[in-house]
Amino acid sequence: MAHITKHIKLSFKNSVEISDFYRSLKMEYPKFFKMDGLSKLGFLASELIFEDDENRFVPREDIAVLCFNRSSSLDIDTQYQATIANNENYFPSPSLFVYTLPNIVAGEIAIRNKFFGETFFYICKLFDAKQIIKTLKNTFLDKNITTILAAWIEHFEEKKEVFMILVENSNDDMEIMEEQLMKLYNS
Amino acid sequence: MYNIANNIISSLGFTTDENFNAVKQGLSGIKYYEAGVFDLPEPFMAALIDKERLNEAFAKTSSKTNYTTLEKASILSIFTANEEANIDLSSEKTIFIISTTKGNIDLLNTQYSIPNTQIYLWHTAELLTNFFKNPNSPIVISNACISGAAAQIVAMRELKSGCYDHAVVVGVDFLSKFIISGFQSFKALSPELCRPFDKNRCGLNLGEGVATIIYAEGDKGVKDIKGVRLLAGAVRNDATHISAPSRTGEGSNRALKSILQYIQPLTSNSSPLTSQIAFINAHGTATPYNDAMEMNAIVRAGLEHIPVNSLKSYFGHTLGAAGLLETIISMRALNEGLILKTLGFEENEPITMNEEQFTLHICKENRVTDKRCFIKMMSGFGGVNATLLFEQ
Repeated sequence: MAHITKHIKLSFKNSVEISDFYRSLKMEYPKFFKMDGLSKLGFLASELIFEDDENRFVPREDIAVLCFNRSSSLDIDTQYQATIANNENYFPSPSLFVYTLPNIVAGEIAIRNKFFGETFFYICKLFDAKQIIKTLKNTFLDKNITTILAAWIEHFEEKKEVFMILVENSNDDMEIMEEQLMKLYNS
Repeated sequence: MYNIANNIISSLGFTTDENFNAVKQGLSGIKYYEAGVFDLPEPFMAALIDKERLNEAFAKTSSKTNYTTLEKASILSIFTANEEANIDLSSEKTIFIISTTKGNIDLLNTQYSIPNTQIYLWHTAELLTNFFKNPNSPIVISNACISGAAAQIVAMRELKSGCYDHAVVVGVDFLSKFIISGFQSFKALSPELCRPFDKNRCGLNLGEGVATIIYAEGDKGVKDIKGVRLLAGAVRNDATHISAPSRTGEGSNRALKSILQYIQPLTSNSSPLTSQIAFINAHGTATPYNDAMEMNAIVRAGLEHIPVNSLKSYFGHTLGAAGLLETIISMRALNEGLILKTLGFEENEPITMNEEQFTLHICKENRVTDKRCFIKMMSGFGGVNATLLFEQ
């Protein structure tokens, strides 16, 4: 039915490590530094997934970007809350507020890669391979979609990790198995 | 996938009937609030739910009190919808799908360091499935302002996959200092009643809402011959900007084109493909950019002859509830053969495309229709756009 053609897992101890990793890629994308943690992680993983893609940046609508996590945008939510908690020191900022929606990361990936297809953000209690596979299968019910970029992205408290897979729909009988996905996630 | 029952709790009422009748009469739930409400330093216009009435109504449903306002309202909405649908909510063949942008975010205000798990969106969803004793993991969609439309697309796929007989789709968001201050910082709020698609529109009003639709695969649970079904839906991205819509309506236009593929089989060869569409219920927030973007998307899709309306001046922008709430009102309007007027709209803004001028049909008065389809449009931050196609 479908198979995973690429996967990547990145985890970091802190935001300095994330910026260092960006610099090590030696690319020019100044917008990176305006992004929130979720977007930075999603962006970096997608850069690694697509770096060798010959047709990169050719606009396409047949790819879906599906993101999943546990804590939504609580990392940036708490930062934004600090700017409005006290009316004596009240400075709500639109550039911070926009990232208080978790799905912005999917938008950042779409902008970078010219993906006009669907972008979704799902919240799950835990990394749940079964639910992710079910979502992949259901998304492929839409025949306009041939490829899915799916990511588990967590950027909150001690956790700063992204696990991303590229999944191609195909006519073969291959099925993505829960064990396979768990193994890749834990590798 | 057929709508078998639904409910709306909003500033205009606690049942779908109450809400629809208020809209039909041209009433708005949007009011002026002084500085100090929600501890905000500035005044604002918004459509708020009557909390006293909510507590009273909830007390009749459950004796438990340790729920947040958002949780109580969500439970009450599902409960009320199912009084009509009467399906087994505790069945493993029923899936819960929750649409929300910020859930219990106001808890950050009182307990600054993450207090407990109650602030997590999955927790809100789990609380609902626990209340109704549903054994399945609920699905939570947080896809900015299109969440309520996106959740219906997810429901359609879940039912199509054959795993479930029913989907309970609930959209909810309440207002707080967090949300209102953010929209104020964007300078997106109108100081008066918003005017969707009007030439002099100057911003949006926010609103509180909970809306539930219970969907069934096939038409088994449909009691009414006027049952409305969701035929198709699409989500597309602008791939342009995270907080401003594409000026040309790129993603919205692509989403429209995607659902138009499904209209062909409905109509005979002789009539134009889109001749059965009664109206387009747009996102229509009344911000200058959003409404211009939607007008572009509609004209580019060749749908400029179809009447367009927006419900934002009745309910405000109810965020995660909006896609569901506005779908329910539009379904009712279709049932009654009505095209609802856009409250607050007075003067058209012509748009120019390829040196040709277009003026959309925005209704100033309620009108009758005998057509049997409508399109729902939504757009949001992150460049997201959604379209849904319904048929009666």
